[in-house]
Formats: sequence, structure tokens, C-alpha cells
Amino acid sequence: MNRLPGIFAGVLLAFASAWLGLVAYPYLALGHMQPVPDEDTGEYFPPASPGLAVAGQRVYASNGCLYCHSQQVRPAPLSTDIEKGLGRRRTVPRDYLRAQPVFLGTMRTGPDLTNTGTRQPDANWHHRHLYDPRPVTDWSIMPSFRFLYKMRQIQGQPSDDAIQGLTGPMAPPAGWEVVPTDEAKALVAYLVSLKRNYPLPESPMPPAK
Amino acid sequence: MKPPSALPSINPANVPGTLASRERAEIDASARGPVLLFFGAAVFWLLVGSVLGLLSAWKMTHPGLLDSMAFLTFGRIRPAHLNAVAYGWASQAGIGTGLWLMARLCRVRLMRQKLLVSAALFWNVGILVGMLGILAGDGRSIEWLEFPGYATPVLFVAYACIGVWAAIMFRCRRPGHVYVSQWYLLAAFLWFPWMYATANILLVWQPAGGPAQGAVNWWFAHNLLGLWFTPIGLASAYYMIPKILGRPIYGYHLSILGFWSLAVFSSWNGMHHLIGGPFPAWMISASVAASVLMFVPVVAVAVNHHMTMSGHFDALKWSPTLRFTVFGAMAYTVVSLQGGSMSVPSLSAVTHFTDYTIGHSHLGMVGFFSMMMFGAMYFIVPRLVGWEWPSAALIRWHFWLVAIGVLLMAGSLTIGGLLQGLAQFDPTVSFRSSLEYATPFRVVRGISGFLLLAGHIVFATHFVRMLLKSGRRREGPALFAVPADNKPETAAA
Repeated sequence: MNRLPGIFAGVLLAFASAWLGLVAYPYLALGHMQPVPDEDTGEYFPPASPGLAVAGQRVYASNGCLYCHSQQVRPAPLSTDIEKGLGRRRTVPRDYLRAQPVFLGTMRTGPDLTNTGTRQPDANWHHRHLYDPRPVTDWSIMPSFRFLYKMRQIQGQPSDDAIQGLTGPMAPPAGWEVVPTDEAKALVAYLVSLKRNYPLPESPMPPAK
Repeated sequence: MKPPSALPSINPANVPGTLASRERAEIDASARGPVLLFFGAAVFWLLVGSVLGLLSAWKMTHPGLLDSMAFLTFGRIRPAHLNAVAYGWASQAGIGTGLWLMARLCRVRLMRQKLLVSAALFWNVGILVGMLGILAGDGRSIEWLEFPGYATPVLFVAYACIGVWAAIMFRCRRPGHVYVSQWYLLAAFLWFPWMYATANILLVWQPAGGPAQGAVNWWFAHNLLGLWFTPIGLASAYYMIPKILGRPIYGYHLSILGFWSLAVFSSWNGMHHLIGGPFPAWMISASVAASVLMFVPVVAVAVNHHMTMSGHFDALKWSPTLRFTVFGAMAYTVVSLQGGSMSVPSLSAVTHFTDYTIGHSHLGMVGFFSMMMFGAMYFIVPRLVGWEWPSAALIRWHFWLVAIGVLLMAGSLTIGGLLQGLAQFDPTVSFRSSLEYATPFRVVRGISGFLLLAGHIVFATHFVRMLLKSGRRREGPALFAVPADNKPETAAA
């Protein structure tokens, strides 16, 4: 193999084939999907998220939640995800058309979050858990994200934002309260928005048990 | 029948009468500045990356460790670890090795040093900005591409200088055979800008629609391993093994088979990271098939290297370069066959999303690629500095610390990951149990991280002593032992 132009052309062609299949095709075919209307209600799925939840994606990326939490429900028999209650149906490309960026994830050091908003819709629970996970789930190895919160002395009336029911070593002393920063509020808005509980033509909801 | 390996073209030590030793010394002298700059920066980022990796590992068993500051949270130092190692250490060690191999094999002095020195400076500025960006919270959480959008153009400019330089070198090469290492280097230097530009444009600068992103992400991430680090590592092995043994590569046609099958199959592998994910089934099937077919290039290279070594394994007793390189080559075989098996859906169902994958990636990046680069650096640096490594004992410490460290790390994560995966697959077992099964193995991994860091510190110290030309002038190279038959070639070790 001494003919450089041949080697040159060969390595580019080999690479181009996969580039067409794994980059150009998904870019064109999957990258331009649209929400679909429900036949009965006319509602579009997947639904748009509130603005605060959209901003929360940035906080999720910034603090690397993806490195421990996946966001995908795989079909049987490749997995037991549905049997384990991660979601009632598998996730399909259209589920992610509003995600920016997409957090599919490759690790389940912590639980899958595809439907965390369905399982735990209570924002205060998420704040307590992010502020200090172990009083909420004693075996958790999630780090504390208390740097997204402020502890401050109560001036007059307690704040409406203050997290309720904090316990454990990081709980505020009497006369103090813990309030979320804008980042924490956005992150929790994003987490409770994670609900793939709508039907799609390519992945319909199974009938409720 | 005489094997085709007798072709002189595939043994760089054997090209008759093309290179007088004085000429070789001139080439080495011309490579000195840029290559040492890339190597020095690589060693620095290796230490940074190892400390960040060790801290990430211990945070998994001690979540309260250093958890009060945002920039030290697990979700930031873990990608900082990966990027320091991938772009700071591995890419720069690979570029330095590639530049030197290219000059030696093109048989011309390394030209346009200023272009390369600027490239090295740009590259490191890009990494520094990117690392600080991740720690400050600007990371993208796109695996293997976490650097914020303001850092990656700097890296790309740096790479463009290197690519242009490589093209100039190839244009100016002395006529003659193109050696197998050059095929791999040429390919890697063409593939990298393509994959890096595509991924940055479609994921960071002008993000594609959500459903397409996962595919682009893992097409890129797998190619970075399979078609950037792998060809550079193999180029080094194809050079070092015959060079030190003073005998040609076993099979010319095996070399060709290994090269082209890697080019065709590896580029299709990416989707095996997304089995069961939200993509058309054919994309994932194509990647699973290509991953299983990786058996072909891997076995071709393994047989080729093994048969070249065959009958000469005693050289591992004395040659540091060969010991590191052969360890790397063996790890390449194991990690690649393991990777193929992990893409089989029934095994993936258990190992996907677990520590098993982390063990696999460390076997690849440390056991294969880093060991290959250490071996190359033990060979190249004395020729650049004009000084032999001061201490064979330090090289021995380095080897055993890293070898035991990576085997312990990969072994513990593999077993722990299997238990974790079996628990996650079984619908009757709670998530909590999957975590508890993995924990003791994560403690062992944390300990193995200390061994790796210690090995890297030994190497960095030795590297600095080398640059300072410390110790007494040696007569010959620093070897582990006296070679049994003191052939002229063995002086190359």
C-alpha cells in the first residue's frame, strides 16, 4: 500500500458511509420531527414545557445530573424498564423533540428520570432532596446541591419560597430558613416537568391496569 | 514459502541504507521542541485528570466528601476528569508521538516547528478554558464533548495547524514505502477534524433537533476512541515492536486487513451505546453488527503483533518500551473483544447503565492507550533530549503501579457492574440493592485510583528529571535487565 491517494480516498469513503448513516440520516429524519395532535382532544404531544422548566435544562447540564441519571425507557425484551415502572411505554425519538440538549444518559448510578415528574410531582420534595438527599432517602449516594440554596435568618414573616420540612444535619436552626436560588427553582421546575405520560402514535399508552 | 512479511517496507528498522544514524539524529533534533511541548503538557494534564478521577471515585462511596462548593460537585469534576484525560493527556501524547513517528517514517526533518508550537499553545489554552468552563458550570453535559462552545473553536484552530502540518510532511516525504504506522496516522489525522467539527457544529454551535442528538453524540464519542486514539496507539505499536526486536512485522496482508476492516467497521459502532434507546431499530442493529465484526480488525492486529513477538517474549524482561507496548497491545485485544460482546443485546441488557462500562472504558484508555503512549515516550524522549532515563527502577515502579492499578480498577468495576446490572434487570430486586451490590467494588476502584495516581506521579517526576538531565550520564539506555543476546538492535530499547 504505497499509493497515498488510494489510502486517502479509502479512509474518507469508509468514514463517509457511517457519517451518512449515523449523522446525516438522523439529522434530516429525526432532527426535524414535529409534535402530533391527539385525535380526540386536538392537544399536541409532546406538550410544551413551562419556560422555567426549559431554563432548568441548563442547570441540569451545568451540574452533570446526566452522569448518574438516564432519561430513556427501553422496550422489552431488551430491558425490564417497563416492568420496573420507569414508564408505561418505551420512549421514542419524538419524546425528545423539545429537549435541548438531550439527556439520554449512559449510567443508572441513580434512578432513571424519564418520568420523575409523574412519580414525584411535589416541588418541595425535590427541593428537600436536592438540598440534602440522605434525610429523604437514607441510602442515597446523591451529592447535596445545597450550593443552589441560601440559608438566611427569617426577617418577620417566613418566605413563601422557604423549603418545608427539612430535617437532618443541614436543616436550618430555629429562626432560619432555606430558600432556593433561581437555578434551584428552574431545576425543580424541569424535574417535575419530566412526564412522558401522553400517548404518541408510534408508542401508544397501554391501557391502565 | 517465504511469508510476505519479508517485505522490507513493513519494518522501519530494515529499510536498507536509507537512514544513517546521523540523519536520524537530525530528524530527532528537529522534532525536539514541538514534541516535548506536547509531551510535557500531556503529562501535566495526566496528573490533573488523575486527581479529578480519584476524587470522583471517592465521592461515589462518600457522597459528603467536599460537597459544599459547586465547582467540586461530582457532576462537574467527573466530566472535567474525562476531558483532562481525553484531550489534555491522551490526545497530546498521541499528537506528540504521531509527529515524531511521521518525521521518522517520512524520513524528513520535522518542518514548520513554529506552526506546531502555536498549535500546542492554542490546544492547551483551549483545554484550560474548557476545564475552567466545566468547573464553573458551563459544561454541556454532552458526553465526551463537555467543553463549552467558547473553548472548542480554540481547540479546532489548534488542530487545524496540526492537520496542515501533517499534509505538508506527507507532501515532502522521501520517496519509498509507506509504512503501516503511516496509514494509521494519516487516517487518524483526517478523521479527527471531521468528527470533531461535525459533532461540535451539530451539538454545540447549531444544535440539531433533540431526537438526532444522541446518535451524533455517540457516533462522535465512539469514533474518538475507535478512530482517533486507537489508530494512533496501533501506529505506535506497529513501529515500536519491530523496532525493538529488530525483526519485521509478521504479515503484510494481515496489516492491510486490520487497517481497512477497522476503518469500515469502527466508524459504524457508535449506536451500541444506545441499545434500546429512542432510535430506529436499523441504526442500532447496524452498530451491533459492526461492533461484532470488530472481531476482524482486532484479531488481525493481535495475531500480527503476537506472531511478531513470538519467540522473543524474553525481550519484555529488559525493554521498558516493549513491556509497556505489549501490555497495551494485549489490553487492546481484550478491551475490543469485550466491547464487541457488550454490544450483543442480551449482554447489554445487563451491563448497560452500570459500572461495567466504566471498567471497560478504563481498560481501553489506561490499559491500552496510555500504556502504548508511555511505551512510546520511553523510546522517543531520550532521542529528543539526548539523555537516557535516569532510573530503571522508576520505570519499573511506574509499570507495576499502573499495570496493577488498571487491572484492579477494571476487574472490580467489571464484577461490581455485573452484580449491579443483574439487580437492575431483575424486576423483583429494588434499585437500592443494585447500588449496595456495587458499593464494595467501588471502594476497591477508589483504592486502584491511588495506584494509578502514584504511577503517574512517578512517571511525571521521572519526566521532569529527564528534561533537567539529572543524574550521571549513562552509557546505554535504562533497561530493566541486561539483554540475553546483545544484538545491535537491542541498543534501541
